[in-house]
Amino acid sequence: MTEKITMSSWTCPIALRNYPTIVMGHGSGGKMMSELIRHLFLPLFDNGTLAQLGDSAVLEIPTNGSGPARLAFSTDSFVVHPLIFPGGDIGELAVNGTVNDLAMSGAQPLFLSAGFILEEGLPMETLGRIVNSVADACRDAGVQLVTGDTKVVDKGHGHGMYINTTGIGLIPAGVVIAPDRAQVGDVVILSGTIGDHGMAILSVREGLEFETLIESDTAPLHELVQGLLAVTRQIHCLRDATRGGLGAALNELAISSQVGIEIDERHIPVRPAVQAACEILGLDPFYVANEGKCVAILPREQAEAALAAMRAHATGREAQMIGQVVADHPGMVVARTGIGARRVVDLPAGELLPRIC
Amino acid sequence: MKYLDEYRQEQLTRKLLRDIESVVTQPWTLMEVCGGQTHSILRSGLDQLLPPEIELVHGPGCPVCVTPLELIDKAIALAASPQVIFTSYGDMLRVPGSERDLYSVRAAGGDVRVLYSPLDALKIARENPDKIVVFFGIGFETTAPANAMTIVQARNQGIHNFAMLVSHVTVPPAITAILESPEVKVNGFLAAGHVCTVMGYWEYEDLVEKYQVPVVVMGFEPVDIARAILMAVKQLEAGRAEVENAYQRSVQRAGNRKAQEVIRQVFEACDRSWRGIGVIPKSGYRLRPEYAFYDAENRFPEVQAIKAEESSLCISGLVLQGLRKPNQCPAFGKECTPEHPHGATMVSSEGACAAYYRYGRYEMSSNRSEALA
Repeated sequence: MTEKITMSSWTCPIALRNYPTIVMGHGSGGKMMSELIRHLFLPLFDNGTLAQLGDSAVLEIPTNGSGPARLAFSTDSFVVHPLIFPGGDIGELAVNGTVNDLAMSGAQPLFLSAGFILEEGLPMETLGRIVNSVADACRDAGVQLVTGDTKVVDKGHGHGMYINTTGIGLIPAGVVIAPDRAQVGDVVILSGTIGDHGMAILSVREGLEFETLIESDTAPLHELVQGLLAVTRQIHCLRDATRGGLGAALNELAISSQVGIEIDERHIPVRPAVQAACEILGLDPFYVANEGKCVAILPREQAEAALAAMRAHATGREAQMIGQVVADHPGMVVARTGIGARRVVDLPAGELLPRIC
Repeated sequence: MKYLDEYRQEQLTRKLLRDIESVVTQPWTLMEVCGGQTHSILRSGLDQLLPPEIELVHGPGCPVCVTPLELIDKAIALAASPQVIFTSYGDMLRVPGSERDLYSVRAAGGDVRVLYSPLDALKIARENPDKIVVFFGIGFETTAPANAMTIVQARNQGIHNFAMLVSHVTVPPAITAILESPEVKVNGFLAAGHVCTVMGYWEYEDLVEKYQVPVVVMGFEPVDIARAILMAVKQLEAGRAEVENAYQRSVQRAGNRKAQEVIRQVFEACDRSWRGIGVIPKSGYRLRPEYAFYDAENRFPEVQAIKAEESSLCISGLVLQGLRKPNQCPAFGKECTPEHPHGATMVSSEGACAAYYRYGRYEMSSNRSEALA
């Protein structure tokens, strides 16, 4: 039999408070990344445009004519592995990712730059395929790739290929979409199912074979946004739910606008295969990355029209109203759970960690 | 999704909650043993919907949380060796050791890989004959069969460049230790459904007899949990103490004999130190002498000397015992958060502190009556 243990002597470790080096969690779209941005980058480049922390910067350019032109300007780097995955590849992703960042400020995307960092030994055929897919994606999104750069790095660096894209788009007059504009009483609309991209990548990366192939949802969203803007100009916020997933996107909006967001778990569409894969790995689909989904926050009176406009578009067919903006719990996202209780949906901490059992 | 949606039904959960309310006449404290259950309870918010008489305390059943600091330090030392490819389940990577975690080792150039199955480690070993692949073999009786099977396969396939750093723990000795502690007031246990799927529940029969405390085998979905709580409360209210199974779709009294066999073939019981708790006799598994070749601590004798002193600043030992709630810790949500964890209970999503932090930061108890209406 066990000898008696005195509970008061039971202790627990104290450990690391900070990392002396960059670890993967710093790039996960969660709190660690947010700390890095807020404590290192923001203070050094202190300016109002950056401080907005929107998916794209909004620049006012003086013109001779009627008021300033407003440009959306955004950059994004793509380091996905494997380079080619179910539903897409790094080339398509690199175009759509920046197009979507521009679209999230209501802009019509116009021009892109692309920087290719290529690893020595990358098969020419792979490069050809991916550059072709960059071209196809540009054509689909109606953007021109107008400047670029190519670098080659030693074998063993660069994981085959990294791509950086930067984009410029034009924001129509009268459209003001920003992360700090959510108002109490607004509704929250999600453009479709969550978790598809992250689980598609994870399942090929880890060699997990499911009965149903999970495909990335990578898609340009600017037409969906233009469709929304055609029915209402009163969109307050748009956010594409990429790294950190829906959970991070909603938290960022709640924090920027200093409002509470309340969502109903039961209204959030998740494909059965994605749900099943998440169950197996112990991951929460709320935090899994998407590459063709966005959240829109707008006045309740516009909700029906907005939802109909989204559903009319191929990338928004499964759009759902998932919640509302409330005065309670500012800066916090609370979900109504499947059994009708409530829980906090926090920002993810670092990298998603599959559970042991 | 089939086999999940049925057990997440709101109406059925509500009915079971009403049944609990109608049988309960006095306060009862129940411990859910497994961290996965804690996670599910807080994720669904089931704890908010229970009548105030029922208090749930969160037990020591999170494998990440109870793996001792010393083992983490040994893992880190092995992972840092250029000779080693270190493989582990994902949530061990962020558990703080004395000085750093496995993520930091990876950042410093160590080859650390996340696996979903220990058998994948053998594949890596075959592909990297010039390296030694070490798998971090931790967990309860749930992960033990697959880890044991990996050792058997390594031997059968003649894979020599594979070793396991073993720190397995077992549930019944921990429950006994909790029952033996004079400070603990747990009236009943909600046993871990997946542990019982492997081991059965016959193991608890003597314990129930000796300590006169109900044990109900519980699943992981809201309906499973509400049903197990109802069964435990009924026992307590009637003055009964029995082992009951509220997870019949997965658990049988005898458990999975094949899995038990492979565990017995490869592992033997040993004293094991639990992080934040101390040594509990016969509460773990180690490799049997005939498999000592695959023991990473034998293969790398230099790690045997690694010792670590646990600090007393974090109260996770008390949390794992159900003596304190995570939010009763002065560091909770302040110095200690999932991105800067002071203790392992804040790291794993199964850890009680992380679950509290993630799902319970916003005080919603005032909504109980509204939610039940």
